[in-house]
Amino acid sequence: MTRPRATPATPEADAAGVQATAHTSGAEAADGPTAAQGTTPALTPPAELRRRLTELLDGAARAWLDQALDEASAHPGAHGPISVWELRLAEAGRRCGPVHADAARVLILHTAHADADALTRVYFQGTADERRAVLHALPHLLTGPDALPLIEDALRTNDTRLVAAALGPYGARHLDAHAWRHAVLKCLFTGVGLDHVADLARRARGDGELARMLGDYAEERTAAGRPVPEDLRRVLALTESAATPAHGTDDPHGKES
Amino acid sequence: MRIFDPHIHMTSRTTDDYEAMYAAGVRAVVEPAFWLGQPRTSPASFLDYFDSLLGWEPFRAAQYGIAHHCTLALNPKEANDPRCTPVLDELPRYLVKDNVVAVGEIGYDSMTPAEDAAFAAQLQLAADHGLPALVHTPHRDKLAGLRRTLDVVRESALPLDRVLVDHLNETTVKEAKDSGCWLGFSVYPDTKMDEERMVAILRDHGPERVLVNSAADWGKSDPLKTRKVADLMLAEGFTEDDVDRVLWRNPVAFYGLSGRLDLDVTATDATHEGNSILRGVPRDEPRPAGVPDTEA
Repeated sequence: MTRPRATPATPEADAAGVQATAHTSGAEAADGPTAAQGTTPALTPPAELRRRLTELLDGAARAWLDQALDEASAHPGAHGPISVWELRLAEAGRRCGPVHADAARVLILHTAHADADALTRVYFQGTADERRAVLHALPHLLTGPDALPLIEDALRTNDTRLVAAALGPYGARHLDAHAWRHAVLKCLFTGVGLDHVADLARRARGDGELARMLGDYAEERTAAGRPVPEDLRRVLALTESAATPAHGTDDPHGKES
Repeated sequence: MRIFDPHIHMTSRTTDDYEAMYAAGVRAVVEPAFWLGQPRTSPASFLDYFDSLLGWEPFRAAQYGIAHHCTLALNPKEANDPRCTPVLDELPRYLVKDNVVAVGEIGYDSMTPAEDAAFAAQLQLAADHGLPALVHTPHRDKLAGLRRTLDVVRESALPLDRVLVDHLNETTVKEAKDSGCWLGFSVYPDTKMDEERMVAILRDHGPERVLVNSAADWGKSDPLKTRKVADLMLAEGFTEDDVDRVLWRNPVAFYGLSGRLDLDVTATDATHEGNSILRGVPRDEPRPAGVPDTEA
């Protein structure tokens, strides 16, 4: 269920420069407008992401992206007060269209080989859309936990798009057990579908503490006369599947599992 | 009826306002950066505010089906405070962002030399970034303020047809119109401009390049004034096309000069890929998709 969308400007109402839903070729219709969104940019290898995006963009947007990636490849460092790829990161939405901005930004970050410091800078200087793209880019660029503060920042927001992006493969790999459980619970609170949570089954398996938290939440909902989210029952079932050694537990004695 | 409020400070408004605005036909807003009522004490306070206008506020608006863009600037009042002016050095990295559709509000409050300097510098920033400018005209000594405003714009790199001069009234509309700039009117309860006077001005001067806004903020103001002007226009014999021109097409054309106006509301619902039931639904009425429980 969604609210009615804002009526896009009709062609006759458009002034020059107004962006309607252009930027895409007819190929988009077949793949659906969300093909390049969701958590896909975090899960798709960059080469494949570029191939798919190239198919979806119209000529002008594709030319812009090709040039932006060439620049990011040639000048990954800062030149002057701001590096050229950071400028391209900022304008990706109006160049490629909002539907494809996440994928375009992930490709720019990947091509520039952005390190943890650069990712942290562009995250904290970014719009909500840029921050989400940085979160999607993390698993492609970093192996260690250096960018964990970005995940924690996103999980403190109430922007469901940032919360969902924080629970991609990078968050799944590095969040400790306590923070990860609270993130799962926050998804249930804010309506983020648990299909967005990377590695859900593996991390939930045998997690008795998560099961307790979910059970308490279900009880609270029931006491309030409110329905228990279907996703809650699903993840509760996952916690009950065959226990394996807990992953990244925050309890050195492992007693909570 | 579709309505674009080209000047409203939603940060100061509640979700009830968003709901009422949507019901009244508002589908797009522009939120100019301005004074918060309480003076700021450092540039960092501006940066958090700018981040909010590029982050949380568009998300909030999208939850209610309203497209949200912003204009960023050092406002005229705080241009006089040396604790605040260093924010001018931070503006360039913000003016490249997708959702920024103009530099504003800039212009005069008390017409001081410090305001002269900030105004001229920010007109140049607008020209440098391919953005139009939203210019506030002073509430005190308004006609003199308008003349000085137009002189400064004429000396700048920004053409007058890329400038929206706001808070106009009966005494300033003619000179503003003759200059070739866009004409903004803030319709308030009791002050500045009301619906009847607004309709009279439209009758006398025509709808060309006219934008009507509520300028609703933390003061006494009404976010539905745009709709009330539209209703009175129809009652007074204007056509639906006239209403659409003033309350939709003119603001779309002006902010469209940025090349960054996108009127499709991006779904906020993280579950929009269509696989889940609505969560956090109150027992009696459905809530809009993506609206989180505030308890989270």
